[in-house]
Order: sequence, then structure tokens, then C-alpha cells
Amino acid sequence: MIVLDHLSKAFGPKPVLQGLCLEVPDGQNTVIIGHSGSGKSVTLKLIVGLLEPDAGGVIVDGEVVHEMTRERLMALRGRIGYVFQFAALFDSMTVEENIRMGLVKRGYDQATIRERVEESLAVVELSGTERRYPGELSGGMRKRVGIARAIALKPHYILYDEPTTGLDPVTSAVMDQLMIRTRDLGVTGLVVTHDMRSAFTVGDRIAMLYQGAIRQVGSVGEIQATEDPVVRQFIEGRPGDAAAAPAGRAE
Amino acid sequence: MQPSVASRVAGRDGFVAHVGRRSLETVRALADYRTWGPLLVGQMRRLGVDSVPITLFIAVFTGIVLSLLSSYIFTGTVPLYFVGALVGKTIMMELGPVLTGMALAGRVGASIAAELGTMKVTEQVDALETLAYDRNSYLIVPRVLAAALMFPVVTAFAMGVGVFSGWVTAINLLDLSTPEFLKGLKLFYRFKDIWFGLVKSASFGAAVALMGCLQGLGARAGAEGVGLSTTRAVVLGCEAILVLDAFWALVLL
Repeated sequence: MIVLDHLSKAFGPKPVLQGLCLEVPDGQNTVIIGHSGSGKSVTLKLIVGLLEPDAGGVIVDGEVVHEMTRERLMALRGRIGYVFQFAALFDSMTVEENIRMGLVKRGYDQATIRERVEESLAVVELSGTERRYPGELSGGMRKRVGIARAIALKPHYILYDEPTTGLDPVTSAVMDQLMIRTRDLGVTGLVVTHDMRSAFTVGDRIAMLYQGAIRQVGSVGEIQATEDPVVRQFIEGRPGDAAAAPAGRAE
Repeated sequence: MQPSVASRVAGRDGFVAHVGRRSLETVRALADYRTWGPLLVGQMRRLGVDSVPITLFIAVFTGIVLSLLSSYIFTGTVPLYFVGALVGKTIMMELGPVLTGMALAGRVGASIAAELGTMKVTEQVDALETLAYDRNSYLIVPRVLAAALMFPVVTAFAMGVGVFSGWVTAINLLDLSTPEFLKGLKLFYRFKDIWFGLVKSASFGAAVALMGCLQGLGARAGAEGVGLSTTRAVVLGCEAILVLDAFWALVLL
């Protein structure tokens, strides 16, 4: 289980997270929604230790991430897959080499590596693209390769950073199906997005991040039926100022 | 309030402290040879072997100019065979390592900074970390080691070609024969001339590559940020070469 415990993070004078608390239960897809720049991606980077919190902490499987030794942190990263917003594929490497990277680091033999590469590309329906470079792929294909790179490691958790942003509706639906299929394989997912259609499709629980803290968290049904004006405005995509409304409390 | 220039350079979070911290992390990352080992040969080829043409081009013209210049200075005052001494001594001890270092600061430093800067702003460095790779072991160590190992090799070529072109110039354009040129070349020659130049060039290589890595990994988002870090890498690489040049002259001469 991942626990975000009173996380605070600022960049210079600008606070991004201010006491964020959230539990990410195992075996479910938890979706964090929120406006652009609200700190969703920062939260994911704090979970894998790419950033350090100013206060509070991230606890993964009972261990506080920012207190881990370098070796423990590397071991933790072996259990977490990360799908980046723009895929972040190594552009000087082929699709196969991109997927192999994490497997080689873990010391698998060549046969296992080949098998895992084929298997993960089959899951994202990109078999046959092994020899192609990221520059030769569409945005949607690159994101799917990003997912293949993450699932090839058979992680316990996968963090998805805006997985459907910039994709056409059909490709977005394919991405949603992939996230659901991955969850069904027993992988715990944490998705950050502002695509509400995707959030309602893939999420078992949805949490709204607002002004550096969780405004509301609940099941898809609870969020859809919310009376919190800020959450309501966000999920309905209405312009206007709902910010004056009092902040709700995370469950 | 803006921090002063002094604190930006020498303060606790200043440039010198940053370079020091990174250097220490790089030294620690040497233990992770399973990560950097397989990458070393590729980097040696890219940073060293691929730099040979530009280096030799510079060395040829340096030899020609030195030969003509020393003839101009010595004519009528010093025996002309001293041209060999000046060409040899200057190229081996100073111009070979420094001009090669400067040329490679442009080529190697800029290439490393642009590559790592682009990786940084496109989150490829973060992706590397999430795959449990240490950025120091994977990105910095192979580049710094490759440059430290290959700069002396490239410099040795430059020394040989520079002296050779000085000799060709002397026997064709000056009133000097091969035995006279060789007499001058041997006159003040000491073995130290060569290893002094090669030791210097190894340190230049490490400094240029380290500056390229630090600037690249410190690049801010966007093409402008990568461009800025590339420029800084070249400037800092050249400055590091001049500082190290003075340091080695003080320590070894």
C-alpha cells in the first residue's frame, strides 16, 4: 500500500502540495484528478523519490521513501512502474532496447528478457515494433510502449502520469482498457489525469487534488454525486469561480 | 534578494560546492562498474576516436605556424635549428594539450551537454532513475572516464602530427635541413615533456566531460534551456582547462 502522509512540497516561494494525505489501496486503480499545475505529477515523483518532500512523507509497503538508503530506493523503484506523460522513451534506442533497459538492470537472462519484451508488447498490442525508434511512432504508440516498459518489470504498482492527455478518443479508450487490464493482473495503479471520462472508466477510487490537498476522495459513484462545488465544477468542466467555497475533508 | 556573485560561486549551494558534490557522487558511482562498464568503449569511440580528425586538422596548422613563427623570431639572432626545439617543446608541453583540450571542449563538452540536457527536459533522466539506474553511474561516469582516457591518446596524435607538420614546413619553406631540425628537437627534449602534456590532457578530458554532464543535467525546461546549458558547458570547460593548465605548471614544473 502507498500512503501519502501530510505531504508538502514547494518550489521556491510557490507551495504546490500543502499537507496532502491519501491512501492508495492494493489491487485497485486510484485516480487523482485536479487542475493543471495542481501538483499531480509532483505527487508521483515524490512517490518514487525523484523529489524529496519539504514535510510529511510517502510510505510504500511500510517504508518511508525519503529516508531510504540509495540501495533501498533502487529496490523500491524495481517494484514501481512509471508511465510518463510524454512517454519519456530513450530516443536513441529502439522499442525493444527501451523495454530491455529495466530488465537488464534486474539481471534477467537473455531468454527471459526476450520473452518479457514480446509479452509486454503483445499486451499493449504493439508486437512487431521492436526494431522501430520512438521517433517513428505516434504519440499513442509511444505511450503504449511506455506502459509496456513499465509492465515488463511485473511491478506491484504502476504510476500513470496523464496517460490519455493529447490522444484521440479511440486511442484514449485503448489506454483506458490497458489500465483496467493491468489492474486485473493484480497491479495497483495510481493515475493522475484531468480527463474525467478516463478517470470514471479506469478508477476504483477518485481523489480530487485542490490547492495542495485532497479536496474529496471516494468511489466513482460518490464523486459523480458530489455536492462539493469545486469538485462538481471540475468534473462538469464548467468555467467560473468555485474557489470561494469552503474546502472539504478527505476521508 | 538576489544572492551575490560570491555566494553563487563559493557559497554552500554555490557552483564550486555543486561541482564538488557531483564529483564525489561520480567517484562513489565508480563502484557500480556493472552499469558503466558496458558503456565505456562506446563513449571512448564517440568522445575520443571521432574527435581525431578535428584535432589533427588543428595540429597540422599549429605546427606550420609555429615553424614559420619561430623562424621569423630566430633569424639573425639565434641559430635556425632552434626552430626544432621551439616547435617540439611548445607542441608537446603546451599547445598540443591546450589546443586539443579547447577544441574538444567545444566538440565533446557541447555534445554531452546537449545530449544530457535534452534527456533531462524530456524526462528521460527521470525515466532512467525509475528503472533503478543511478544517473551518475549510467550517464556521468562513462563519459568522464572515457574523456580522461581518450584525451591523452588524441593529444599524443596531435603532438606527433604537429611536430611532423612543423618539420615538413621547416625543410620545405625554411632554410633548414632534416638533421638540423632534429638536432634542435633533441636539444632540450626531456621525456617529462611528453608525460607532462599527457597528464594535463587527461585532467582536461575529465574536466570538460564533467562540465558537460553537470550543465546538461542542470538544464532547465525547453530548447532555450538546453542551448544555454550547452554554451555554459563549453565556456566552463575552456575555463577549467586554463585553470588546470596553470595548476599543473605550478605543481609539476
